[in-house]
Amino acid sequence: MPGEMHIVVCAKQVPNPDAAFSMFRVDEAARRIVAAPGLQLVMSPFDEQAVEAALRIRDRGREVKITVLTLGPESARGVIKHALAMGADEGVLVDDSVFESADSYVTAHALAAAIRKLGGCDLVLAGRQAADDDAGVVGAGVGELLGFAVIGFASNIEVDGAIVRVERVVDDGSEIVEAEMPALVTVSNELGAARTPSLRETMRAARKPIALWQAAALGTSVNGAAQAQRAVERVFVPLKENRCEFMAGSAAEQAAGLAERLYAAKLI
Amino acid sequence: MNAPVMAIAELADRNPTRSTLELLGLARRLAGRAHAIAALFTDEADKAPQELIAHGADQVGVVQHEALGAYHSEAWVTAAAEVCREVRPSLVIACHSAIGADLAPRLAFRLDTAVATGCVDITREQEKFLFTRSCHGGNAREVISFRSAPVIATVRPGYHEALPRNGDRGGELISMAPDLSGAAKRVRIIERRPDAEDRARLENARVVVAGGRGLGGPDGFRTLEQLAQVLGGAVGASRVPCDLGWCPRSWQIGLTGRTVQPDLYIAVGISGAGHHMAGCGRAKTIVAVNTDPDAAIFKEARWGIVGDYHQIVPALLDEVRKRRRAA
Repeated sequence: MPGEMHIVVCAKQVPNPDAAFSMFRVDEAARRIVAAPGLQLVMSPFDEQAVEAALRIRDRGREVKITVLTLGPESARGVIKHALAMGADEGVLVDDSVFESADSYVTAHALAAAIRKLGGCDLVLAGRQAADDDAGVVGAGVGELLGFAVIGFASNIEVDGAIVRVERVVDDGSEIVEAEMPALVTVSNELGAARTPSLRETMRAARKPIALWQAAALGTSVNGAAQAQRAVERVFVPLKENRCEFMAGSAAEQAAGLAERLYAAKLI
Repeated sequence: MNAPVMAIAELADRNPTRSTLELLGLARRLAGRAHAIAALFTDEADKAPQELIAHGADQVGVVQHEALGAYHSEAWVTAAAEVCREVRPSLVIACHSAIGADLAPRLAFRLDTAVATGCVDITREQEKFLFTRSCHGGNAREVISFRSAPVIATVRPGYHEALPRNGDRGGELISMAPDLSGAAKRVRIIERRPDAEDRARLENARVVVAGGRGLGGPDGFRTLEQLAQVLGGAVGASRVPCDLGWCPRSWQIGLTGRTVQPDLYIAVGISGAGHHMAGCGRAKTIVAVNTDPDAAIFKEARWGIVGDYHQIVPALLDEVRKRRRAA
């Protein structure tokens, strides 16, 4: 397609996945994992790499408009601001209380509807899975609902006219695939580190537009958690009943102690 | 429930993968009096259907088409959706591999139903299936159910037993021929870049020696390779060394990356974060070497050494060689 290409990056706000898991607790009654208050909220890392992938397409010379889209409460505006500071052009926050405790099914429908409403989207990028749910469902779901070509686990994304060319991770290596846009591509960590916002871009970001949409604006009948397909029966942290025996002494003594135990257990 | 349970088979060198056999064992147990159907998408069925039957499939739905020679997302999703419409399973399970993790969510939305990925267990409560899946970087578990049908799930390797092979088991082959012409053209595979090493090396290894951020650079892996060689094992890594280019990507063990189930897992300079343990937690015995006595890995390890691997690993090599010479 001639001229400017439109990329939409779907990003999710999650509690900082690098925080020790001891900062989370199980709320058995609510059947949820709850982060300690004050725990930093960040953009899910694979989604950050999806923003990075969009920026690299621009770096390689293609004219692109990059919209970052997130479904979440008001705090999720922080995810949009971070993407804008990285270099995205505009943001859309879908914030509506009806989406509280939405499952992947509802979330994918909401995001697909938002992308239809935006119009003119050539490429949707998303992280391969979110760092809280680890599900890896919404990205593919959005692609399916939009009827786009869907390509998962990208380590490299290039565009060439109307074609998107993706190197993707498979079980025994990688492969290069091509499809005509519009397409949805999910991004894996093999893509490489996302850039940190420069001071200049962070200051520019303050002037970039962020739209706020509610459920009614999306025009989909799947417009709230009431349509969720999933019920959570129980949430728990598996008990670790483990006692580690530490070897004592000098390095040589520790190694000897370990070797003795491994041989006695017939492990080596 | 009389509706069958469907398991999506994956092949390596024309034989069902180990994860596929585990999946079949689970399908057979969950199906109860109903059928366990293996769905096989391939360009050349060969002996695979008989192997699937010998490991628990009551029926094998074979879709044979040239576009199915290797995994092709659009072709497999189209084929799987067609098989589901004919067979009408109550539950569809796939391995949580790069194939299953890609296929299952797409299939769910294609059929307007829902999916549970990365399950460590699936049980049946009368008409309802319950899925236990890992979340929060492998640190937590949620048990979920769905109100839509069929329910779809991917299952992590190493949590279920394959049935013992029984060549006398009877089973039915059903040939299906959905139209895949459009699917095959939509996304074209241009080039394959297989890893230099066979993935079975890590996934079938009885001993794995893995390195993490604590190695401090690529050189540490040379020492680990020596240890692995002397123990007859394979070398792996956590995600950080792979991201930093200290070792090949194919060595990555974790929530994303490989899952290993060795008898012995030696973690060197690995902190033991949940997303790494998700890839090696099923090891029978875990041993850890780390300079940090509070590292999470020591909560997983049976034996631990708080120390610098630069001293410990060569000392361990000496001990093993000493015993080998004496033997």
